[in-house]
Amino acid sequence: MHTSPPATVEGEAHQNPALLHHFATEEQQKNAASLGMWIFLITEIMFFGGMFCAYLVYRFWYFGDFAAGSSSLNLTLGTVNTIVLIGSSLTVAMAVRCAQVGKQKAIVVYLLLTLILGLAFLGIKAKEYKDKFDEHHIPGEAAFHLEGHVPRHPDIPVNQQHAQIYFSLYFAMTGMHALHMIIGVGLFMFLTYKAHKGVYRPGYYTPLENSGLFWHFVDIVWIYLFPLLYLIDRHP
Amino acid sequence: MAEHISSVKLYVGIWLALMVFTVLTVFAATLDLGVFNPIVALAIATTKAVLVVLFFMHVKYAHEKLTKLVIVTAIFFFLILLSLTMADYGTRLWT
Repeated sequence: MHTSPPATVEGEAHQNPALLHHFATEEQQKNAASLGMWIFLITEIMFFGGMFCAYLVYRFWYFGDFAAGSSSLNLTLGTVNTIVLIGSSLTVAMAVRCAQVGKQKAIVVYLLLTLILGLAFLGIKAKEYKDKFDEHHIPGEAAFHLEGHVPRHPDIPVNQQHAQIYFSLYFAMTGMHALHMIIGVGLFMFLTYKAHKGVYRPGYYTPLENSGLFWHFVDIVWIYLFPLLYLIDRHP
Repeated sequence: MAEHISSVKLYVGIWLALMVFTVLTVFAATLDLGVFNPIVALAIATTKAVLVVLFFMHVKYAHEKLTKLVIVTAIFFFLILLSLTMADYGTRLWT
């Protein structure tokens, strides 16, 4: 599968073809790649953080309308999606582990499972979006209307402007999350192809590990989005 | 090999814990806990996030202290963003 490197005259540091010449050891090279990925992920925290901050301000101001909007979401589909996404995090972690222990065929199996779960999540999300379009819960739409009243206050009808702010944040946050999922699915298709060719092995699986970090990060964003968007003031 | 390899048992255990917390957060939302509803929801979400970061993302076994420093720094600046914003928007109705 891998041809052995041609003998070099430059010295032993160049014996390993996976080790780039500006790193002293393989471990240093791996740590540098991992740190770079984490730096990217903290920029992602700040990116999503802006939206979480906007959410916090408006939820604080328009709590009743946010609760009414939240109750209009499909809790069953939201819960199923949470379970699907956490399952995909497990399969990614298992794929990385298989690379670490050198089970090259199992990497492909776990990556395919990840792809199936990721696409299932996006399919369910698409169904939820379609329901929102059918119910005219699209902010900015002329026909926008959220029926009902503030939870436990039958005398206070939903403020349509404030409800639209809730749905704007809902679509912005879940939409950006879904975009990250789509990028992740693309990434994992590439990784599955590479894994099928037997590229990843105990000494080299950095792309797999870093894509795994990205996938887990996207999972964490959903772990927060789910209670914040679906579970506002649900109790009777 | 230098890196830590977690057991299958550990990964499945973490996954089970995440499932339990997911069910728990949905259940907790159906109870009237007053101001504690969002606090419980966020506490459960944070517990889940910590499990994912430590075990699925291998931060618990990272040799590099730098990785941990980067993560703590990010959380710290995110909390500055939230707290200073709410120090303004959260107190505007005060008289």
